[in-house]
Amino acid sequence: MSDVQANMELDCRGLNCPLPILKTKKAIETLNTGDVLKMIATDPGSINDMTAWTKRTGNELISHEESGDEYIFFIRKK
Amino acid sequence: MSDTKKMALIASRGTLDWAYPPFILASTAVAMDMEVQIFFTFYGLTLLKKKLDAKVAPHSNPSMPMKMPFGPKSFKNIEWPIPNLISSNLPGFNDVATTLMKKTFKSKGVATVEQLRDICVESGVKLVGCQMTMDVFGFTKDEFIDGVELGGAATFLEFAAEADIQLFV
Repeated sequence: MSDVQANMELDCRGLNCPLPILKTKKAIETLNTGDVLKMIATDPGSINDMTAWTKRTGNELISHEESGDEYIFFIRKK
Repeated sequence: MSDTKKMALIASRGTLDWAYPPFILASTAVAMDMEVQIFFTFYGLTLLKKKLDAKVAPHSNPSMPMKMPFGPKSFKNIEWPIPNLISSNLPGFNDVATTLMKKTFKSKGVATVEQLRDICVESGVKLVGCQMTMDVFGFTKDEFIDGVELGGAATFLEFAAEADIQLFV
């Protein structure tokens, strides 16, 4: 498990492309620089998508974990 | 990132299945801090109507899987071999197929076209309607959602010339 403290948690379980990305973008906009968002998804495509999204937007993908059918992402707002 | 990437799309089709790609790509591109313009032309213009009424027509889509969105997995996995003679002649067949496709999308957690379009509008995607096709089909601007601009090929090309991504859908 990651030892990063999340400032906000976003549940994207059951959602399919592109909703996890769109919701993550919306959520991160409400945070302050340096804050951490924890996002949980079940879409297997979200690993590549979140990697691409953070690369493009400059936000930091601190870690991603797989737990059962779930993918858990920690993202630090730039 | 200082240099904003730009994406220029042409949306030329108005069926439910083809309504997805431009709105998915546009909403995602904006979420990735890109600037987006979609040029709606020919049947794509109908995607700008206030009341979206996009349907699918299975008889013109030979590769479209015909599956049921409900029931046990073994039932859902059946591909129904529906002959064109039926799918193209049976009244209401397209409506049924459209309902089934919407149900499938919903059960898979896919956004509706309306939702994606709303996100595009809210996030500042520039929507341009093709003036020439509007005249041909007899569409007026007040039939479209607010914020639509009108233009022609030159309007699209001017933006596309500066864009990093240009796609025709």
